[in-house]
Amino acid sequence: MISLAGRDILHSWGKFVFTGIGLGLLIGITLSMAGIYRGMVDDAKVLLDNSGADLWVVQKDTLGPYAEPSSINDNIWRGIRSIPGVDQAANITYLTMQVRKKGGDVRVMVAGITPGGPGIPGWPPYLVAGRQITSSHYEAVADIASGLKLGERIKLRRNYYTIVGLTRRMVSSSGDPMIFIPLKDAQEAQFLKDNDAIWAQRRRTAENPAFNRPGVPGLLDAIIASQSTNPYVNAVLVRVKKGHNPEQVAEYIRRWKRLTVYTRSQMEEILIGKLIATASKQIFMFLVILSIVSSAIVAFIIYTLTLGKIREIAVLKLIGTKNRTIIGLIMQQSIALGVIGFVVGKISATLLMAPIFPKYVLLEPLDSAIGFIAVVMICVLSSIVAIRAALKVDPAEAIGG
Amino acid sequence: MSGKGIKIFGLRKSYGSGDTAVEALKKVDMHVAPGEVVGLIGPSGSGKTTLLKCLGAVIEPTAGKMILGDDVIYDDGWKVKDLRALRRDRIGFVFQAPYLIPFLDVTDNVALLPMLAGIPNTEARNRARELFKALDVEHRAKAMPSQLSGGEQQRVAIARGLVNRPPVILADEPTAPLDSERALAVIRILNDMAKKFETAIIVVTHDEKIIPTFRRIYHIRDGVTYEEAGEGRNVE
Repeated sequence: MISLAGRDILHSWGKFVFTGIGLGLLIGITLSMAGIYRGMVDDAKVLLDNSGADLWVVQKDTLGPYAEPSSINDNIWRGIRSIPGVDQAANITYLTMQVRKKGGDVRVMVAGITPGGPGIPGWPPYLVAGRQITSSHYEAVADIASGLKLGERIKLRRNYYTIVGLTRRMVSSSGDPMIFIPLKDAQEAQFLKDNDAIWAQRRRTAENPAFNRPGVPGLLDAIIASQSTNPYVNAVLVRVKKGHNPEQVAEYIRRWKRLTVYTRSQMEEILIGKLIATASKQIFMFLVILSIVSSAIVAFIIYTLTLGKIREIAVLKLIGTKNRTIIGLIMQQSIALGVIGFVVGKISATLLMAPIFPKYVLLEPLDSAIGFIAVVMICVLSSIVAIRAALKVDPAEAIGG
Repeated sequence: MSGKGIKIFGLRKSYGSGDTAVEALKKVDMHVAPGEVVGLIGPSGSGKTTLLKCLGAVIEPTAGKMILGDDVIYDDGWKVKDLRALRRDRIGFVFQAPYLIPFLDVTDNVALLPMLAGIPNTEARNRARELFKALDVEHRAKAMPSQLSGGEQQRVAIARGLVNRPPVILADEPTAPLDSERALAVIRILNDMAKKFETAIIVVTHDEKIIPTFRRIYHIRDGVTYEEAGEGRNVE
């Protein structure tokens, strides 16, 4: 039996190809939206993976350090280090800021890492160029997505830092590239105010008779000194010894240190379930709207193509063509349109859209497979209107009268 | 193939009911023998198209009897369950315009019918080619309908009507879009094919130039048929 749909497509291939390209661009946008969502989830997972931690110790009753502000003393890590099952514990600070560089500025997440060396939680696990931080101050390792180059100097708050190393896929949960600097510098950057504010604060302290007592000459200096340093960090990253249950270690820390501790799965839940939940809902809504628009377009195109063949359909029915052959003709054309659209969409999403999106777009094969099935189903459903119109055609129309 | 032509007795068709009922066909009696081409002539609104639709099993008559070959297909109700299969296998159609499927080439336009009836593609195409030889369009077998002249298209449409070797062919104004020469050629072909395949052909027409070519003519007026027989009308 001849494939009527195939012959019709070959006969008017231009119409199908151009319609398919239009539909394909829409499908490409849909796939890219799904890719952006996957990219956000991946960014969150990469952030957790690259931190090298099994547990995150944060201020009590907060969702820190990524979803909420968290502040804990920078000496807590020593106590945590002594808890059974803890292999390594390291302070960390996170600070999102705009960094000026040649040709504009870039939004980054600055991470203050504990001195030591690679392998300590919080350190970038690998570099693509340069070296790790070796000095206690004013050196930085930057993610390559920041656009910074080796040897480039950047200003963070009041100090200049030299980029000594470059890493890759070290991003915040919102996809901003990370810059790693020594912990002390990061603590200062987090805390440091401008000179006028410092002068005002000192004057205010000196004018307070409780802090400036004539009988206690060193008190004012001691208080001012304490106000000029930042003894806080955002979290302590903990690596658990092999063979120990992270949940059990977390429970020890919660009980003895009265801090909030999150395991990897809990932190993932916070990042994916809470931090990017609204964004993912928004993307889901976009996907729904784009799917409806795609369905409407396919339905309209197939309906119009069918109306253009009413006379042929009447002749086919008159000469004894079965309904299922006519349904097949319309449905196969609809699916063919969807397949052309999907191929164009997949190519455009992979080669055109993903590279130009500022956010990381992760196009997973499973999403493409689901997308393909969805497109085919949408095309099948969209052809129903046209099929109904075709089945209503009276074979007597071929005879006229 | 062939059979015993078509016989129609007291066929009636009404639309609506009660006071608003319209009797489109009041009493139709016809008989067309195998190998015979008859004309069906009547003014507009006389019931020609309704009769054609009843004969083509497209609409159901109200009463009467139709015998196709040896089989009673209608006797105050359809006696055949699958009317599509009846149309496909036992009734050929030739329309005023050829209505070829624009996206199929000439061969497949004709071979489609036997394929729909379950005949293998190769055999269906061989059947089509045999008819093209008889209808002198063999050289256009690979062409698309849009590449054919009006006369060629009509010959292909006749081939499509004949390809399943039906006992009866209903031709609805088959010469309307053609000039005199081509119109007479089409009638000549229909006569040849009727004889060759022992098919009964009913030609509904207004075309005065072809009316003299029919050996027998049925007039239809206000839903009633009258037979007019005559000699020397055949184009032979």
